[in-house]
Amino acid sequence: MGDPLMTLPELIRGVRGARTQELVQRECARIRGAIRTGDPQAGTTNLTKLLYIHLLGYPAHFGQMECLKLLASPQFHQKRIGYLGAALLLDERQDAHLLLTNSIKNDLAHPSPCVQGLALACLGCLGSAGMCRDLVGEVQRLAGDALAPMRRKAVACAVHMVRKVPELSDIFVPICDRLLKEHSQGLLHGTLLLITEMCERRPDVLNHFRKAVPRVVEILHNLEVSGYSLEHSIMGVSNPFLQVRALRLLRVLGQGSEEASEAMNDTLAQVAMNTETSHNVGSAVLYETVLTITAVHSAPGLRVLAVNILGRFLLSRDRNIRSVALMSLLRLVRVDQSALQRHRATVLACLRDPDPSIHRRALDLSLALMTGANVRTMTQELLGFLETCPPAMKPPCASGLLFAAERFAPNKRWHIDTMLQVLTMAGSLVPDNAVSRLIQLIVGAGELHPYIMRRLYGALACDISQQPLVQVATWCIGEYGDLLLADSCEEAEPVQVEEGQVPALLERVLQSHLSLPPTRALALTALMKLSTRLPGDIDRIRRIVSVFGSCHDIELQQRAVEYNALFRKYDHLRASVLEKMPLVRAEEEEGAEVVAPGGQKRAPFSTAQEEPSQVADLLDLLGGPPADPLVPAGSDTPVAESLLDLLEDVTTAPPIPPLRVWEGDGLRLDFAFQRPPADPHLLLITASASRTQPGTTLGFLLQAAVPKALQVQLEAPSGTSVPGPDGAPLSQQLRVRNPGQAPLRMRLRLAYTPPAGVPVQETLEINDFPAAAWQ
Amino acid sequence: MRFMLLFSRQGKLRLQKWYLATSDKEKKKMVRELMQVVLARKPKMCSFLEWRDLKVVYKRYASLYFCCAIEGQDNELITLELIHRYVELLDKYFGSVCELDIIFNFEKAYFILDEFLMGGEIQDTSKKSVLKAIEQADLLQEEDESPRSVLEEMGLA
Repeated sequence: MGDPLMTLPELIRGVRGARTQELVQRECARIRGAIRTGDPQAGTTNLTKLLYIHLLGYPAHFGQMECLKLLASPQFHQKRIGYLGAALLLDERQDAHLLLTNSIKNDLAHPSPCVQGLALACLGCLGSAGMCRDLVGEVQRLAGDALAPMRRKAVACAVHMVRKVPELSDIFVPICDRLLKEHSQGLLHGTLLLITEMCERRPDVLNHFRKAVPRVVEILHNLEVSGYSLEHSIMGVSNPFLQVRALRLLRVLGQGSEEASEAMNDTLAQVAMNTETSHNVGSAVLYETVLTITAVHSAPGLRVLAVNILGRFLLSRDRNIRSVALMSLLRLVRVDQSALQRHRATVLACLRDPDPSIHRRALDLSLALMTGANVRTMTQELLGFLETCPPAMKPPCASGLLFAAERFAPNKRWHIDTMLQVLTMAGSLVPDNAVSRLIQLIVGAGELHPYIMRRLYGALACDISQQPLVQVATWCIGEYGDLLLADSCEEAEPVQVEEGQVPALLERVLQSHLSLPPTRALALTALMKLSTRLPGDIDRIRRIVSVFGSCHDIELQQRAVEYNALFRKYDHLRASVLEKMPLVRAEEEEGAEVVAPGGQKRAPFSTAQEEPSQVADLLDLLGGPPADPLVPAGSDTPVAESLLDLLEDVTTAPPIPPLRVWEGDGLRLDFAFQRPPADPHLLLITASASRTQPGTTLGFLLQAAVPKALQVQLEAPSGTSVPGPDGAPLSQQLRVRNPGQAPLRMRLRLAYTPPAGVPVQETLEINDFPAAAWQ
Repeated sequence: MRFMLLFSRQGKLRLQKWYLATSDKEKKKMVRELMQVVLARKPKMCSFLEWRDLKVVYKRYASLYFCCAIEGQDNELITLELIHRYVELLDKYFGSVCELDIIFNFEKAYFILDEFLMGGEIQDTSKKSVLKAIEQADLLQEEDESPRSVLEEMGLA
């Protein structure tokens, strides 16, 4: 084989000194070889070396069988290493895992307690469910035997077994009942742990052990009053591990049971008040006590005590304790907010902690503690935090603040002010809907417009880089720019704004490379609006707009071209097109950009009369419900239409008079016509059915037929029932294609059920269509 | 507890004990990730952090990081005490333990850990009894080994 096999220390030294992996790989190969030849002497050394190599990160699965061999050996040293190897290489995901069962079984019955201990340790860490079922008998025997030296270990092993296979709890319940009477603290710890695990997984076992509450309380009480114990005390606190275990079990037993909770009240109070917190140990016990008090049905005084303890923790110099307190308070605040209000100041102080996880939790807690009463002061503090916090924290802080402002704003002005401040400080890290929401608010706060305008103008003049703020400001300047020139605002410092400055500012925004495309689009539209609002010279605006007619950005180019047209051909319409925005409903979600009319193509033109305000409706930017009820249900997706086409409609097509097609039975059918200029052969008819008398006609169905030279297509009706005279009429669109411009005739069949009667069918022939409909 | 890791400031793993069966690949990934997260922490930060769906409690002793991953409802402060207890046990056993002791005697570090914790929970709350148990096992190991070497000496192995 060459050189003699290395010892473990030699290998380790070698690896630490080596620069390449060659040594390790060579050694791996040697070990593999040695395992194959089955050299018994070097068995342990080889396996230990292999485990070291495994720790370094190399694969070592070929050592699995060697582990099994070694742990079956009668020699203790080999067993020890074998079991260690099994723990590291043979978890339950491995195929060879099951082969452990027999060895463990034998070793559990071994005369030497140390060997039993090895077997229990192996089973208790990674035993599979099947293995647990097979070996539960042995463990049960060891756990129940008062004289077994490995009793404690057996109980600890049982914990793992009931986790894997909860049904095995039945076997261990009687054993635990007996063990509870013991006095050995180490054994009690294992017992309480086992009981806790079983109760958490089996409600019937939980019921059974509720009657053990007095005993657990007694254990806790004894620990409290007992003096110092060399073996178990830490820093003056009696056996903190056992105390924490007992408290945890009390938590499990007390939850959902008033009776059990009452039995533990006194002791919990005792522990809460007497535990020393000069060291982490005491705080650990106190923390567990607080968790238990808040989880069970405690007396109100006790709950207050618990919250106060957490408040005290917040003031601790130990960062760990502060962090733990914040987490618990965060959980508590969801349940009972008022109790925590008195610790608000401390929580706010934690915002300044350098540890990011602490100030993150402090932020969450502060936001949760906001109420209508304290919103002003809290917002003040949080805005201060927002200004100085690291960028990673800005989004949650900003969105939290905006949300809170939404819920608790005492008045509009405060709300708008706060939103403006958040936008200023958080820059582009605000949530997406912040811009639209703010604009919505502003539109609704008519009386504050002068004030708002001054503030926004000031903000924009200072800094055009914060996109959300710029977007809001440009939109508002576009809408209300005229207010800037009137200097009648008492609330803000008077700002002398020259007329030329306003478009100049917007031009700066337009041309700045910091502006995003949506911002520029807004700025362009705002400029256009200003052309009607500002009394002075609009040449400058015209110039800017025409420059953008050749912009690379398609959206901007399209808009610029349209606006140019507004200046040139349709100047008379400019004022009405650019009228002020109506108040928006709260449910709208789209941003405030100019979106070409959505809904049905030509929808606003289906009434015969058009008023100029219909055109303004086209610019109903926030896509509210269609103004016109004649649009059939289920309209298709918005078609981005050029304004120009619609404007041409306005000027060229003379309206075709509507036709009353039929009347009878309290019902009436009207046709309204429309000839789209883009398609001379197409006629759009909107049929509307309405009632002249009260009542509802149901089951209304319209069918139409035209001469062979023409084609007709019926779209889906808005419904099948015609309401009374106050309701919206039923409407249906018909599309008639008439390529040869033949005279239009139509046969109609109406089917309906009158309010109090039998279904009726009517057949009509219509020959008197207006000539303009088909010529 | 789901697992415990010991690693150096340079990111070398010295001990890993998993109390939940995981694939080797997954283990490696988790170890790498967690080491990165913990090593990036500044000294003034608190010892607890949230990682994946677990809470991680870590403490640095000289050049070694002791890192435990516990469940959501476990008590972090007592876990710190648990880590401290393990360090005390190592210290008592090796006599003023340092990282090198754990490197060259990693199997002994494992034995001590296995005597102290089982299934991620404390087996015995008494430091003395844990140390005694290890002493007994060491004694048994020596007894086992010595007769054999005598035979070897006589050339009858």
